[in-house]
Amino acid sequence: MTTEPKDQATPQAIIPPHGDALSDRPLFWLPAWSLLQREVVRFLRQPTRVIGALASPIIFWVVIGSGVGMSIKLQGMPEGYSFLAYFFPGTLVLIVLFTSIFATISIMADRSEGFLQAVLAAPVARGAIVLGKVMGGTVLALLQACLFLALAPMIGLTFPWSALPGILAVLFLLGLGLTALGYVIAWPSESVAGYQAIMNVMLMPLWMLSGALFPYSGAFSWVQTVMLFNPLYYGLTALHYFMFEDSILLTDAPSLNFCVGVLTIFCAAMIAAGIGVTNKFHGRQP
Amino acid sequence: MTPPPAVSAQQLRFHYGKRCALDGVSFDVPKGEIFGLLGPNGSGKTTLFKLLATLHAMQEGKLEIAGTSAVRESTVVRRKLGIVFQHPSLDVKLTVAENLRHQGHLYGLSGSALEQRMDELLATFRLTERRDDYAEKLSGGLKRRVEVAKSLLHRPQVLLLDEPTTGFDPTARREFWDVMALVNRQEGTTILVTTHLMEEAERCTRLAILDQGQLVAEDSPAALKASLGGQAVSVTLSAGQETEELAMHVRSALGVEVQTRPGHLRLDAGQHTPTELGAFLARVMELCGDRASSVTLAQPSLEDVFFAKTGHPFLISDMYQEAA
Repeated sequence: MTTEPKDQATPQAIIPPHGDALSDRPLFWLPAWSLLQREVVRFLRQPTRVIGALASPIIFWVVIGSGVGMSIKLQGMPEGYSFLAYFFPGTLVLIVLFTSIFATISIMADRSEGFLQAVLAAPVARGAIVLGKVMGGTVLALLQACLFLALAPMIGLTFPWSALPGILAVLFLLGLGLTALGYVIAWPSESVAGYQAIMNVMLMPLWMLSGALFPYSGAFSWVQTVMLFNPLYYGLTALHYFMFEDSILLTDAPSLNFCVGVLTIFCAAMIAAGIGVTNKFHGRQP
Repeated sequence: MTPPPAVSAQQLRFHYGKRCALDGVSFDVPKGEIFGLLGPNGSGKTTLFKLLATLHAMQEGKLEIAGTSAVRESTVVRRKLGIVFQHPSLDVKLTVAENLRHQGHLYGLSGSALEQRMDELLATFRLTERRDDYAEKLSGGLKRRVEVAKSLLHRPQVLLLDEPTTGFDPTARREFWDVMALVNRQEGTTILVTTHLMEEAERCTRLAILDQGQLVAEDSPAALKASLGGQAVSVTLSAGQETEELAMHVRSALGVEVQTRPGHLRLDAGQHTPTELGAFLARVMELCGDRASSVTLAQPSLEDVFFAKTGHPFLISDMYQEAA
């Protein structure tokens, strides 16, 4: 029974399809690009996700922004701006945060019982998996943020066209860092419920203490101290530089270069951590 | 020079903390074979599959895929393997063709070479008409076929299947295995399948039986069954009857070996002519009387082989393990 019939091995099966088919170097760019593409295509095919990540921050913005209206005058708020306008860049950050969470929440199911199993067993560099997934989430976050940006003129929040590349660059870095953070949390998580708990106690406060809801200058000093350790604070401040040029908000703020520097370090650290967890948690044990 | 075996495992050991999942498993799979790993849940076959698929880090032992060490050169090993997981790995929001294209990219295939190979496999698996359908629209059997097509894109030398037809109806299972036999013949792909289904195990050229982390037998299904000798008479007791008591009664009266598990006796009928067998059967029925609800004569099954090699029945092996 163990001898093989003569007609079994066809020449096709012996000749590898590619010259490098048996190279020991893992693949990188093609798989990363393919993973990114998949992320975007999937998103566009699920209308509920588009609504989920975009609608809730907009509702927050309209309700909180208009509700507060002119009734509270925040200290350090620039003259002539409504709370609705102040809250605008904070909402942009929230959209990026929500998109990042939604983009990484699928990892838990995917890794042990779905699509990612096949990716992990393929000759693909772990870095390519992280990059593909994280870049996918970042592209989605940018797309949604752009839709929201188009609303800015409606509330009289104007900024020169020349500020747009800067705003997009900051949003890109924020998207990259937050999606990578989501990836790092999601990969070793046991369940979606656990991930949501982390989101509520960690990611939302991270956003609340970014300066999205209130300016740094008016906060109690312990809150200010916490904010200084929050990468989102630097992301939001960078957005303020482009959107509220010359405003009183920026008098004591760290410089734009410093903010971008902190964001860049945050992104690099999170991506490195992503590669680390992918290597460590290779799927669930039975 | 003889080529290296498609899979060579030597003294594989694997622990989850203190729990031992694999305890010194060794086997070779020659090229072109359909090799089955048969074992109940908890026997260690999922762990073994994950080691073979490079999804678990090796702890102890040696594993080679077509002559390449899975420890030192996992990237090369991954290129040599095609894997079909127990849980589907299709993206249901993508079409059949998009799923295949994406998988091709993971193995460095692109452009016209990839499209050509996709067309070829879609035709082999009779999926050409469904190429632009979303994967979520396909039936379970069709999804499985896409999974297999996907795993063959890069012409792997070894195809790993993890419980591929669990949950299938008999027709779908037969269809699936007909396709696998075709793949094995046409592409020369060696197939290694883990299973707890006897119908699936019967389709293998060779079979290794795994129980509690150890291989207890390895041979062709026919040889394994033949090793138990001739036909067997199986007795199912009526409700409330004492198994051991009846076993003793039959044993002393007939002088044959009687194996027991709660509610069941199995008697070796030996090699006899049909007339002799008839007489033997009649004698057993007479001895059991109304204490038995059924007395049947049958060729030994793989379940009998498992029972003979491990001393406990296949299906409730989990309970035995927990009690141990």
